[in-house]
Amino acid sequence: MKPGTLILHVAARFLVPLQLLFSIFLLLRGHNEPGGGFIAGLVASGAFALYLFTFGAVMTRDLMRIDPRNIIGIGLFLAMASIFPAWIQGEPFFTAQWWPVMLPGGNEIKLSTPLLFDIGVYLTVFGSVMMMFVTLTETEERV
Amino acid sequence: MSPEVALPIIIPLMTGTLTLLAWRSNILQKILSVVGSIALLISSIWLLTSVKEQGHVVLYMGNWVAPYGITLVADMLSAIMVFLTGMTAVAIAVYSLASASASHERFGYYPLMHLLLAGVAGSFLTGDIFNLYVWFEVMLIASFALLILGGERAQMEGAVKYVTMNLLSSAIFLSAIGLLYGLVGTLNMADIAVKLSEAEHTGLVDVIAVMFMVAFGIKAAAFPLFFWLPASYHTGPVAVSALFAGLLTKVGVYALFRVFSLIFNQSIEFTHQLLIWIAVFTMVTGVLGAAAQFEFRRILSIHIISQIGYILLGLALFTPLALAGGVFFIIHIIIVKTNLFLISGITHRLLGTYELKKLGGIYKSRPFLSILFLVSALSLAGLPPLSGFFAKFILIRAGIEAEAWVATGAALFVGMLTLYSMIKIWSEVFWKSLPDETDSSAINQQMTPSLAILYLPVIILTVLTLLIGLMAQPIYMISEFAAEQLLNPSGYIEAVLGVKP
Amino acid sequence: MEPIMAVTVGFLYAAAIYMMLRRSIVKLVIGLMLLSNAANLLIFTSAGMTRGAPPLIPLGAMQPEGIIADPLPQALILTAIVIAFGVLAFAVVLIHRAYNILHTDNLDLMKDTDT
Repeated sequence: MKPGTLILHVAARFLVPLQLLFSIFLLLRGHNEPGGGFIAGLVASGAFALYLFTFGAVMTRDLMRIDPRNIIGIGLFLAMASIFPAWIQGEPFFTAQWWPVMLPGGNEIKLSTPLLFDIGVYLTVFGSVMMMFVTLTETEERV
Repeated sequence: MSPEVALPIIIPLMTGTLTLLAWRSNILQKILSVVGSIALLISSIWLLTSVKEQGHVVLYMGNWVAPYGITLVADMLSAIMVFLTGMTAVAIAVYSLASASASHERFGYYPLMHLLLAGVAGSFLTGDIFNLYVWFEVMLIASFALLILGGERAQMEGAVKYVTMNLLSSAIFLSAIGLLYGLVGTLNMADIAVKLSEAEHTGLVDVIAVMFMVAFGIKAAAFPLFFWLPASYHTGPVAVSALFAGLLTKVGVYALFRVFSLIFNQSIEFTHQLLIWIAVFTMVTGVLGAAAQFEFRRILSIHIISQIGYILLGLALFTPLALAGGVFFIIHIIIVKTNLFLISGITHRLLGTYELKKLGGIYKSRPFLSILFLVSALSLAGLPPLSGFFAKFILIRAGIEAEAWVATGAALFVGMLTLYSMIKIWSEVFWKSLPDETDSSAINQQMTPSLAILYLPVIILTVLTLLIGLMAQPIYMISEFAAEQLLNPSGYIEAVLGVKP
Repeated sequence: MEPIMAVTVGFLYAAAIYMMLRRSIVKLVIGLMLLSNAANLLIFTSAGMTRGAPPLIPLGAMQPEGIIADPLPQALILTAIVIAFGVLAFAVVLIHRAYNILHTDNLDLMKDTDT
C-alpha cells in the first residue's frame, strides 16, 4: 500500500490520539448514556485504521506492540471474568455487582462488573477489527 | 441458584479464551483443551443428575426473571444433549492431540473448537428463542472457520455452499422470530407457548411454524435442503468432520424437537404430518446417496442425512414411544457417528487415502482396529445386540403402533441399505487385500504414541456403543423420561414462568 | 407507514434472492447482505411501529409515563446487525481466499465436491 500524503500524515498525528481519547470517553459513559464497549472499540480501531492508511501495516504493528490476538484474548478473558463475581455472592451468573469507591476529592466512582464486561467487549472488538485490518493489508503488501 | 445449567456454556467459553491467550505455546493449548473438555463433561454429568432429580432446572441470567431476561432451562432432552456434547468434546480433544497439524493449531484450532462447543451447549440450554439464534450464529462462525482450516481447493468449494446455506437458514430463522415476536410480543419460549395457546389460531401461526421448520431443517440437513452437507463435511480436517458429524446437525434436530413440541403443538395434523414426509424422504435420499459413493468419509457424511431422517420420524409420529425412540436414536447416533469418522481418520493415517479403491488389507495388519470399526458399523446398521438395534426397534415399533406404514417400511428398507453401505466399507477397506499401487509403508509400523492417542477415544466410544446396546433399559428409561417432558410442555412452562398455565 | 415498510421488506427479499441466484460469488455475498437487512427490517416492522418516548422510567416511579417505544426489537436488530457484520466479514474473506485458490468466481464451476 502506498503511504499517505503529507496532509494525511500531519492530520493523522493529531487525530489518532484524539480519536483514542474519544473512544475511552464513549466506553466510560456507556452504561447510562449512548456509548459502550462495542462502539468504543470500533472508534478505537478506526483511529488505528487511519494510522494504517497513513503509515502502512508494519508501522501500525510497531505502534500496537501487542499482537491483536493477545488483545482479543485479554478482552474475552475480562468479559468472562465479569461473570463470576455474582456466583461468589450466590446470585445467578451475570448479575451486576457494584463496588462504589470514594475518591479523595469527594467524588465517587462506581466500579462494577458491567464496566469490566464493557472493557472486555472494547478490547475484543478492537482486537478483532485490528486483526482483520492487519492481516488483509499484509497480504496486499506482500502481493 | 443452580450454576450447573450455565457451566456447560461457560467452561468451553473460558477454555477457548485461555487457549487463545496461550496461542504461543502448543503444549499449553493442548493441555488446556483436554482439561477444559473433561471439565465440560463433568459439569454435564452434574447437570444430568440434577435434572434427573428435579425434572427441570432453570437459571435466570443476571437475575432478570422470565419472561424479561434470558433464561437457561435444562430438561431431560437438553441434559442428554449436553452430556453427549461433553462426551464428544473429550473424544475430539484427545484425538486432536495427535491429529491436528501445526498449521491448523496456529490458525486457532483449539479456540475455535471450544467456541463451537460453547455454541452447541448454549443452543441446547437456552430458553429464549432469540438467544437460540445467537448461539446458532456462535456455532456457525466457529464452524465456518474450522471447516476451511488448511485452505484446500475442495474445502473452499465446500465452505462456499456450507456458508451460503447456513446464512440463508439463519435469515429465515431471524425473519420467523420477527414475525413471531410481532404476533405474541415475547421471546421466552415458555411464554410464547402460553401466549400462542391463548391466542386465536390463525394461518399465520402455521406459516411461522413452517418457516421454523425450513430454517432448522436446513441446519439439520433434512430433505430437500441437505445438499450442503455432502458437499462440505468430508472436506475438513478429520477431527473437525467428526465433531460436525456428531454435533452440528443434531443441534438443528434438537431445535426442531424443542420448537415443535413446546411452541407449535396446536396443529399437529398439519405440521407433524409434513414432518413425517420430510423424515421419510430424508431417510431414503440419504441412504441412496451413500450407496452411490466410493469414498470412506463421503459415505459416512451422506449417511448422516439418513440418520437424521430416523430422528425426525420420532418427532413426527409424536407419540410417547416414538419420541423416546428419537431421543434414544440421538444418543446412539452421536456416539457411533463420531466414532466412525475417527476410525476413518486412523485408516487415513495408515494408508494416506479415503478412496475405497486404494484402501485395503487393514484386517490383516490391524485386526483390533477392524473389530472396533465393525462394532460401530453394525451398530449404525442396527444389528442386535448393539445400540442401533434398540434405537431402530423402538422407532419401528412406534411406527407400527401409529399405523404409519409407509414410514415404517421406509425405516426398515433404509436399515437394510445402511447395512449394505457399511459392508461395502468393511469389505473394501478392511477385508480385501491391499492394492499394489497403494503406499503400504505406514501400515505395518509399530504402535507409536501418536497412533495410541488416536486409538484411545475410538476404544472409549466403541465401549460406550456396546454398553448402550447391552444395558439398553436404563438408557430407554431416560429417553422415556425426556419424551414425557416433551409431550407435556406444561412442566417446562411452569418451571420457567413459575405459574401453572 | 407499515405498508411502505412491507413493500420495502418484500423488495429487499426479492432483490436478495435474485442476487443469490446469480452465478458470481460476489453477487451471492451481496445477496446475503441484502437478506440479513431484509430480515432486520422485518423484525422492526412486524414488532409494531409505535411512535413513543424512549423506554425510560422516571426516577422514583415504578412504571413509565405515557406511550413508550418497544426497546426489544431494536435490541434484537442491533444484535442481529453485529452478528451479520461478523459473518459477512468472514464471507468476504472466504470469497477472497476462494478466488485466490480456485481462480474463478463462477459458482457453476465449483462443483467438485457435489458428487
